Amino acid sequence: MLEIKNLHVTVEDKEILKGIDLTIMPGEIHAVMGPNGSGKSTLAYIMTGREGYEVTEGEVLYQGRDLLAMAPEERAAEGVFLAFQYPVEIPGVPNTTFLKEAVNAQRRHRGESELDAMQFLKVVRRTVKELGIADEMLKRAVNVGFSGGEKKRNEMLQMALLEPRLAVLDETDSGLDIDALKAVADGVNALRAPDRSMLVITHYQRLLDYIVPDKVHVLAGGRIVRSGGKDLARELERTGYAEFATEAA
Amino acid sequence: MTTAGAQPFVDQYGALKGALPGTGLPWLAELREAGLARFASLGLPTPRDESWKYTNLRPLEKVAFGTPNGEAVSIDRLPSLLPAGASENRLVFVNGHYRDDLSTLKSLREGVEIGSLAAGLERSPETVAEHLGRIAPSGEQPLLALNTALSGDGLVLRLGRGAKVKTPIEVIFIGAATEQALAYHPRNLIVLEPESQAVVIEHHVSLGGGATFANSATEIDLGDGALLHHYKMQAEGPEAFHVSTVHARVGRDAHYDSFGMSLGSRLSRNEVSVRLNGRGANCHLNGAYMVRGKQHCDTTTLVEHLVPRTSCREVFKGVLDDEARAVFQGRIVVHPDAQQSDGHQLSKAMLLSEKAEIDAKPELEIYADDVKCSHGATAGDLDHDALFYLRSRGLPEGPARRLLIEAFLTESIEAIAAEDLCPAFLASIADWLKTD
Repeated sequence: MLEIKNLHVTVEDKEILKGIDLTIMPGEIHAVMGPNGSGKSTLAYIMTGREGYEVTEGEVLYQGRDLLAMAPEERAAEGVFLAFQYPVEIPGVPNTTFLKEAVNAQRRHRGESELDAMQFLKVVRRTVKELGIADEMLKRAVNVGFSGGEKKRNEMLQMALLEPRLAVLDETDSGLDIDALKAVADGVNALRAPDRSMLVITHYQRLLDYIVPDKVHVLAGGRIVRSGGKDLARELERTGYAEFATEAA
Repeated sequence: MTTAGAQPFVDQYGALKGALPGTGLPWLAELREAGLARFASLGLPTPRDESWKYTNLRPLEKVAFGTPNGEAVSIDRLPSLLPAGASENRLVFVNGHYRDDLSTLKSLREGVEIGSLAAGLERSPETVAEHLGRIAPSGEQPLLALNTALSGDGLVLRLGRGAKVKTPIEVIFIGAATEQALAYHPRNLIVLEPESQAVVIEHHVSLGGGATFANSATEIDLGDGALLHHYKMQAEGPEAFHVSTVHARVGRDAHYDSFGMSLGSRLSRNEVSVRLNGRGANCHLNGAYMVRGKQHCDTTTLVEHLVPRTSCREVFKGVLDDEARAVFQGRIVVHPDAQQSDGHQLSKAMLLSEKAEIDAKPELEIYADDVKCSHGATAGDLDHDALFYLRSRGLPEGPARRLLIEAFLTESIEAIAAEDLCPAFLASIADWLKTD
């Protein structure tokens, strides 16, 4: 599904990622954990094509194709989804309009017929119900005036509607209380499938109690300093990141 | 001495005066002569005039405008902004002439006078004389003085105490020119006596593709507790010049709510002056504009708080592409007695091209000490984070940009009280974005 090879990334001439190697097979969930400033969000953004990140070395292959050569909208339509750490507020654009435009843009890209208003409404109503999201959130402008939890649920709603093959969750647990965290995790777990992979980026082990990963990687100082099974997350919870900070230096 | 640019208009007066509305009324002839003298001495505005610093009328001076005859133009389809049946009163003016054959007036009754200026001057000249030229003194505004001299036809709306006209009154101004460039000077008068209410919609369009100069002037008097929603769409052609001067007097607890959308004309200027005259008087001056190519769009407002407890809100939003240029000059004056005035003003411009430009000049002049006033002006590109967010969900860059621009402009339409009007405004935004 995803192959990251020797990836080096600089932001404003400062090297943030210093040679990342990571392979995710179909159906796998990988967690990347690390302290603040280790390059976690950079890894998330580079996957989706945000401006301002320069790849100086290495490559990223998604289903065998050069992901870095694709525009952000092309990556999305090919099945890559980023759940933002800080979802963006868009005043004046109703959430439903946004969701429908996104779904139909991706359908167009794949040569599928667009959903009309009625068809879309049916799908979105069903999904909203499954995720336990208030209908009223559909009518409001995208993320405007949403609480932290509502914003993250809105990300889960988008993910459920867009049905990506590779979902990257960037600190989806930050700023959530335990109920919101469970709700978000339920949304993620409902999407687990043999042909769908996920990259869960987080600072804390807590989220991984609910979204159980196949593999855990520790990112520190721009490098993956350790990889292991799901137990590695628990170990980190006890020991903290201090030892890795010295390893990376 | 008359300036070179002003002379052709002064010359037109001699030829036109016998055919203008209200010929034979001595007071009106006097008013026109005074306007002409004032215009002749001031001349056309130049960038040396403080209020015209950013808007240059040189291109206007280069065009030789003739005087129009509205009767000769045939109109196949009326450019209405409203769905069929949404309005009971529609007035149509072609090149400044009222077209009875195209107009519909149904709400006329005791206390409700809707019609053309020419008809009003025939029926009840004394009531027109009470207001015409009195709400808008021609003193410092040369183009208003020119309008006073050459006033063509326009709307006269007069509502008696407590009269309410529920459906919008639509006034369509068509500029129709082909080879011969034409200038016309619509003059409107709106007088709402205490507690009366109306919705007036102005629609300015072009037909025929020739150069036109619409030099419009509107006088508005709102009695105590009166409510006027005043909407305007300026969608004239690419060869048009459009200048509009509005003066409104707002009485105690009266509300003047105005929204204008400008997307036409090579050069346009909307100048609105409001005098908040009575306690509790309130105004909303809002607008949106979309310009591209070499279009120039000027919004100039003056709000005077004259007595205590008056308020105003101004929000003007615009999108500029290519080499288009916008001007926003907003002045708020709080007079010494006007304690507890509440005035807020905001100009937001979205610049889609490196060469697009906005000159924003907010001015607060406050002579009272207990007031709440603010102003703000922003100019910038699209929100890059929002654009990336949309693209990361699969929207290609073009549609994502259009969605954001549409959202930016649509917000300004949400406050429009005449629901029947919203679809036309929304469609104009969508059409503008489509022709990008």
